Amino acid sequence: MSGIELALHQFRFDQKVFWRNPASVFFTVMFPVMFLVLLGVIVNGQTIHAQGGIDATTYFVPAVITLAVVSASMANLAMSLTILRETGILKRLRGTPLPSWVFVAGRIGNALVTSLLMFALVTVLGRLLFGVPIPWSRLFILVVTLVVGSASFCALGVALTTIIPSREAAPAITNLVVFPLYFLSGVFIPESEIPSGVLHVADVFPIRHLFDALLAGFDPATATSGFQLGDVAAVAAWGVFGLVVALRRFRWEPHI
Amino acid sequence: MVVVEPVIRVRGLHKSYGELEAVRGIDLDVAGREVFAFLGPNGAGKTTIVEILEGYRERSAGEVVVLGADPADPPSQWRQRIGIVLQECNLQPELTVRESLELYAGYYTAPRSVAETMELVGLDQAADQRAGRLSGGQQRRLDVALALVGDPELLFLDEPTTGFDPSARRQAWEMIASLRGLGKTVFLTTHYMEEAQALADRVAIISGGEIVAEGAPDELGGRSDAASSISFRLPAGVAAADLPGEVLRAIGGGGPANGEVQLRTEDPVAILNALTGWALARDLKLDGLEVRRPSLEDVYLELTE
Repeated sequence: MSGIELALHQFRFDQKVFWRNPASVFFTVMFPVMFLVLLGVIVNGQTIHAQGGIDATTYFVPAVITLAVVSASMANLAMSLTILRETGILKRLRGTPLPSWVFVAGRIGNALVTSLLMFALVTVLGRLLFGVPIPWSRLFILVVTLVVGSASFCALGVALTTIIPSREAAPAITNLVVFPLYFLSGVFIPESEIPSGVLHVADVFPIRHLFDALLAGFDPATATSGFQLGDVAAVAAWGVFGLVVALRRFRWEPHI
Repeated sequence: MVVVEPVIRVRGLHKSYGELEAVRGIDLDVAGREVFAFLGPNGAGKTTIVEILEGYRERSAGEVVVLGADPADPPSQWRQRIGIVLQECNLQPELTVRESLELYAGYYTAPRSVAETMELVGLDQAADQRAGRLSGGQQRRLDVALALVGDPELLFLDEPTTGFDPSARRQAWEMIASLRGLGKTVFLTTHYMEEAQALADRVAIISGGEIVAEGAPDELGGRSDAASSISFRLPAGVAAADLPGEVLRAIGGGGPANGEVQLRTEDPVAILNALTGWALARDLKLDGLEVRRPSLEDVYLELTE
């Protein structure tokens, strides 16, 4: 098999593993869907005074997509790779002819596909349940943003494994990193409710930028093409940082 | 004369972790199609050495050749030719037996068929069960199957039956013994003497990072020509002085204690002949008559203490 075929082969089995693991399906699929439904029911009909006023349900569709992309990419990789490392499966794979890049490519492909799937699911549910318009004209731009975001958060997820010492610590550390940022970045709470000083802090981190870029795509009031070059570049820069840390510090063998 | 290159050749292997010298000068040759066992207590350096041979760890000094290559810097095709079973089971619990094998088979250019591999390890009945739901013994067999599905020439098994109950161990032994028929070279480590004895053509006993004995299980530590010990109880009313001369000489200075006679001899046949002939002629019973050669366990305990 060529490298690409081998990566597809790996991807096929990674997908099976992902969908059969209740924890990954819950956090990546069920949790964002539940969140969308609950928030939508609560805020339906309200207006959020952000971006010059936006329908609340339209605000929370890109917020939940952000949640899903970060879950499918960073949280999922950080947790699953730590477990694979600590159970010795990564070490064992190193003993086979499978090139490391193929293995990593399979995992990232898995996160990309899951992110795109969640994008489609949340967008369609938003339309069906709350009448949030689907931004057809900006679909391409949103997908590009999503792919850059997912790849960057994958790199950050791999980087995160290097500070997680054990499989037991994986969910705690991962959630400790992402949850405060969801709150600070306006994913869980409308950004109009968040003091501007806090938003400036959140601006340093990539979750806020991914959300901003997606929000511009969904906001009917966005005048431009909707592509937020600055936000996407900030996310990508974090991705490059994650990649550098991952390449330098990633370990294949369990802690003894 | 044809010189056959050994599958594994090690000369003067050293490995230190800081101050600690874990491996202190190992020489080793393993021939093709041989089942070779590394026997030693925990912490003797077995896993360190195996992981150097597998290419997981770097050595501090010495020469190592495995299948014609240096494991620290192997050519790209080298991993196609070896199969590795690590000390811990490393299975993906969400995949079934068949799927796990299909996944691994895809990594190799000329894999063994998945169905055949499942049959080989006796998991064909469990093909569609998820790895996470198999019993401990079955998981280990799947682990071995994952190493076999690439059809390797050389198979490493690091403590394949540690933690098994006796019947699971017996089954694992049967499976490993059956690999001999495939013409594979097997390098296994174990701290069970019976395991080395049951499976290996050749055993090296390792202790404190050094090989302290090496040979076929029956000959290890000079067992085939070591002194045997003979023991029996003196019949009632018979004094030790009444025993035949050969037996008395073999007993030497140490007389019987509580009527128990124990002696060591290089020539058990002659001594037994004299002793039993003497007893038959006098119509005496020799209760508790026993002849023992040192067991592998005796040799092992003596060498590793």
